[in-house]
Amino acid sequence: MTKIVVDGTEVDVPAEYTLLQACEAAGAEIPRFCFHERLSIAGNCRMCLVELKGAPKPVASCAYAVKDCRPGPNGEPPEVLTRSGTTKKAREGVMEFLLINHPLDCPICDQGGHCDLQDQAMAYGVDSTRYGENKRAVEEKYIGPLVRTAMNRCIHCTRCVRFLAEVAGVPDLGAIGRGEDMEITSYLEQAMGSELQGNVADLCPVGALVHKPQSYNVRPWELTKTESVDVMDAVGCAIRVDSRGREVMQIEPRVNEDINEEWISDKTRHAVDGLRVQRLDRPFLRENGRLRPASWGEAFGAIKAKLGAADPTRVGALVGDLAGVEETYALKSLMGALGVRNLDCRQAGEALDPAWGRAAYTFGPTIPGIEEADAILLVGANPRLEASLLNVRIRKRWRMGPLPVGLIGEPVDLTYPHVQLGAGPETLADLAAGNHSFAEVLRAAQKPVVIVGMGAIARPDGAAILAAAAALAKAIGAVRPDWHGFGVLQTAAARVGALDLGFVPGEGGLDVAGMTAPGALDVVFNLGADEVEIAPGAFVIYQGTHGDRGAARADVILPGAAYTEKNATYVNLEGRVQTANRSSFPPGDAREDWAIIRALSDVVGKRLPYDSLTALRRALYADHPHLAAVDAVEPSDAVAAVEALSALGGSPAREPFRTPILDFYLTNPVARASRVLAECSSLARGRALEAAE
Amino acid sequence: MLSDQDRIFTNLYGLHAPGLAAAQKRGAWDGTKFLLEMGRDWIIDEMKASGLRGRGGAGFPTGLKWSFMPKKSDGRPHYLVVNADESEPGTCKDREIMRHDPHLLIEGCMLASFAMNAHACYIYIRGEYVAEKHALQRAVDEAYEARLVGQDNLHGYPFDIYVHHGAGAYICGEETALLESLEGKKGMPRLKPPFPANMGLYGCPTTVNNVESIAVAGTILRRGGAWFAGLGGKNNTGTKLFCVSGHVNKPGNVEEELGITFRELIDEHCGGMRGGWDNLLCSIPGGSSVPLVPADQIIDAKMDFDTLRNLGSGLGTAAVIVLDKSTDIVSAIARIAYFYKHESCGQCTPCREGTGWMWRVMLRMAEGRAQRREIDMLLDVTKQIEGHTICALGDAAAWPIQGLIRHFRPEIEKRIDRYSANPHSTPVPMAAE
Repeated sequence: MTKIVVDGTEVDVPAEYTLLQACEAAGAEIPRFCFHERLSIAGNCRMCLVELKGAPKPVASCAYAVKDCRPGPNGEPPEVLTRSGTTKKAREGVMEFLLINHPLDCPICDQGGHCDLQDQAMAYGVDSTRYGENKRAVEEKYIGPLVRTAMNRCIHCTRCVRFLAEVAGVPDLGAIGRGEDMEITSYLEQAMGSELQGNVADLCPVGALVHKPQSYNVRPWELTKTESVDVMDAVGCAIRVDSRGREVMQIEPRVNEDINEEWISDKTRHAVDGLRVQRLDRPFLRENGRLRPASWGEAFGAIKAKLGAADPTRVGALVGDLAGVEETYALKSLMGALGVRNLDCRQAGEALDPAWGRAAYTFGPTIPGIEEADAILLVGANPRLEASLLNVRIRKRWRMGPLPVGLIGEPVDLTYPHVQLGAGPETLADLAAGNHSFAEVLRAAQKPVVIVGMGAIARPDGAAILAAAAALAKAIGAVRPDWHGFGVLQTAAARVGALDLGFVPGEGGLDVAGMTAPGALDVVFNLGADEVEIAPGAFVIYQGTHGDRGAARADVILPGAAYTEKNATYVNLEGRVQTANRSSFPPGDAREDWAIIRALSDVVGKRLPYDSLTALRRALYADHPHLAAVDAVEPSDAVAAVEALSALGGSPAREPFRTPILDFYLTNPVARASRVLAECSSLARGRALEAAE
Repeated sequence: MLSDQDRIFTNLYGLHAPGLAAAQKRGAWDGTKFLLEMGRDWIIDEMKASGLRGRGGAGFPTGLKWSFMPKKSDGRPHYLVVNADESEPGTCKDREIMRHDPHLLIEGCMLASFAMNAHACYIYIRGEYVAEKHALQRAVDEAYEARLVGQDNLHGYPFDIYVHHGAGAYICGEETALLESLEGKKGMPRLKPPFPANMGLYGCPTTVNNVESIAVAGTILRRGGAWFAGLGGKNNTGTKLFCVSGHVNKPGNVEEELGITFRELIDEHCGGMRGGWDNLLCSIPGGSSVPLVPADQIIDAKMDFDTLRNLGSGLGTAAVIVLDKSTDIVSAIARIAYFYKHESCGQCTPCREGTGWMWRVMLRMAEGRAQRREIDMLLDVTKQIEGHTICALGDAAAWPIQGLIRHFRPEIEKRIDRYSANPHSTPVPMAAE
């Protein structure tokens, strides 16, 4: 610890702190544009200049370390002045330079109201201009469908360049020209090729980069902000849902150091327009092969007629990717009351079973734990597409120091260097047998991590592969009481929660494949499972939000609430319990999902014992106490789970692993309804074709 | 006046061959092995004793700079980088060294690298110096051929030397921008600290020296630091290459003792002032980046670091630009302002935005199309740039204008008054480039 005096206040800070951090520790506010906690230090905006006693010139506090300060002549601690005349003059000077070429278009600028330059000009600027020359004009650049540019406004802080290069790991933005002709651009006006590109607009301290889909639509002060969690993948990023009236206008990231830091993927951010279109806003009934609008009473009546006539062994229930824990619990209770054992939540037929222990289907190392890992093996997983923010964490770990990463599966660009070990299960066997040089790397690692993706286990021989991966993890010492290095990379937000509830076939029950087979069932209750194909014959009750694949196959449609329209619990891939909060109401006659199931239970004569969400949660927590611990990961016995898994045995087939994410931008009904994501998808496909040529 | 036997650059004018044999005849590579055997500390002490100050512009003591390098390697290699990106307007001394006396430079590189425990040296040559690159490369090849340098050389100190050709940007003469450029990145200055002696080229301890500072090292060590310190004045020792350009009868390069007066320099070596001494308007004594000094102050001033600093200017690279009374001084400084606007790298705000602003105001002032109050505003803008930037280019852009306003404010005012006294139609609109 080093002593330093800031504006007369002595503070004791670590020597490696920058002056900016020391000033903040002392309670002094330092204006800044280019500095960002999660990016490298550029020191180019010069807004954070402070006077350092003894230094000939003001120093950039973001880049100057406390340990580089020289003590006074008699050994006094170094002294920083953030309110002196020199500092004030330096700030005013820099602010003036930033503003001389900045257009005066705040009234039509989307950044207005949350603009760093605007705010800091109020605090540190002067009231009038001395600049009489013409302002600089810079052409707009096309850098993709998600970010609109207004390059006249750019202050060249290079946050966007640094974000893409450092966090997103793509070299798509840079600066050309020099001096006042310097311009930020992509190479030959190509779209940015990152699934995290929306974050550059968040980072931009001015209105040079703004979100294209929301252009000219919203002002920050007219939005109602609701803190929630994302369901586009199983990572469960912290988001803030901004709505105006009943409409969700935008989704922004929220800081959660344990999960997404402060980034979100483009799918999370831009699925918003999918929430407005193709919504199921009233019940539908299929008559003479066509769906017709119906009342709740008619819909429930039709269901009652079918359910009452059906044998419980000929009834099944499926849970999809976006369902909250509450409705899954309600559905499970209802099905239990009806005596139905055909339950499943593993839409793609993944080899996951709560019977093997919680550690057999969650991501053991946890996301912050990745930063401690010293070797990573990816088995049939492409984290960049399956869990983008988890991939960001792996990349962050790689940037901190050497990190060997091995990949078994399709060759993909993970944004960090990795060794392509092989394509399928036999490479896994090679590794286990020690026939591969990477086996040595894993064995030598102190904290190795084995990540098993859905590409490896969502196949008929999935259990054998999961067993082989667990055996390997055990053999390399990845799972010990002090380190849990075995992780399953879930891709669906609802999956871990449903598995926690045990939404899997009961004794003698059918799984997804069995239920969807022709002639297997008479009635199927489909709670938002849109990625399965139910064979003709069965009477399908679909409860969901969008007119997507599930609705097209349905005989009765019950309109539910999307994730922004209900209070629901989601368990992310680590097993972290989080709650999504309602920011607006479901459209039309649509209702919160648990309430629909509760109402239906009354109609079919199996009334569920709760009338409110609170009562439901009370029952839920009584049955599953760990779900009450919101924002926490319940520790589970990893050693036992991995032991159980590796004991499964079995011999895997020879086919290579295939990624389950065929199109990153279109993985669920909300995303498929979004026009913005459709554009992203077609661009990404174009890039893939170009790369293949 | 410097006597002929005290000259270091004996082939400055290319009257003799630049090749190795001829250079050895002139004394290069003489007893280099002996000098190396004297040891690292002796070399650095001798350089400190010589009082040599860096010849690249800032005038930092060279021996002291060498002593900043870590004494023991922590596993990282050390590097010597020679700054041959001589782009300061008016300066052309390194060019002559590389053309005609390249072996002095190569020998200096060897000695300096040895003193700093560096086994590799990079010479970064200005993009426009194509002939010089070839000349220097030829000399390096000769030195390799003769096993004077290389992994297995006669001196027993493994040492490699690389000539790197820049792409022609003024900013790459700034030491950290030069390192960035050498690493293959965009030539933009780095933040300091860390200084190159700790984290330089590829993150390793590095010293960056000017060509002339390195090229004189061999002769200093051969003849002793005391000899060098005996030339010139206190704190301003030794000989220096002066590049005289402008309104003198015979402009050119000349090696002279530091502390020679301006008058003697011009009269003895440059055939005197064009039109006589009464015709002198002012001089920019250290390359375009230092403030000008008016005639009455410069004419009998000693040309050394301290005297010129006390005159509010600097010796810089000793590129003496002489301007006579036919000069439109406001236009001249406006042209210099344009140069800095053009060469600003664009990294940090004050320089990126300020250089263009200053140039545009200067352009109007050269015409007279301005307000008197704008003179003070311009001065204020230069003060807002000076000292607030990452590197010294901001200062370099601000100083010439400060010098102009300090010494020639009446000239600017006169011009403004003359312009406003005459009727003009609407001013010519100026596009923002």
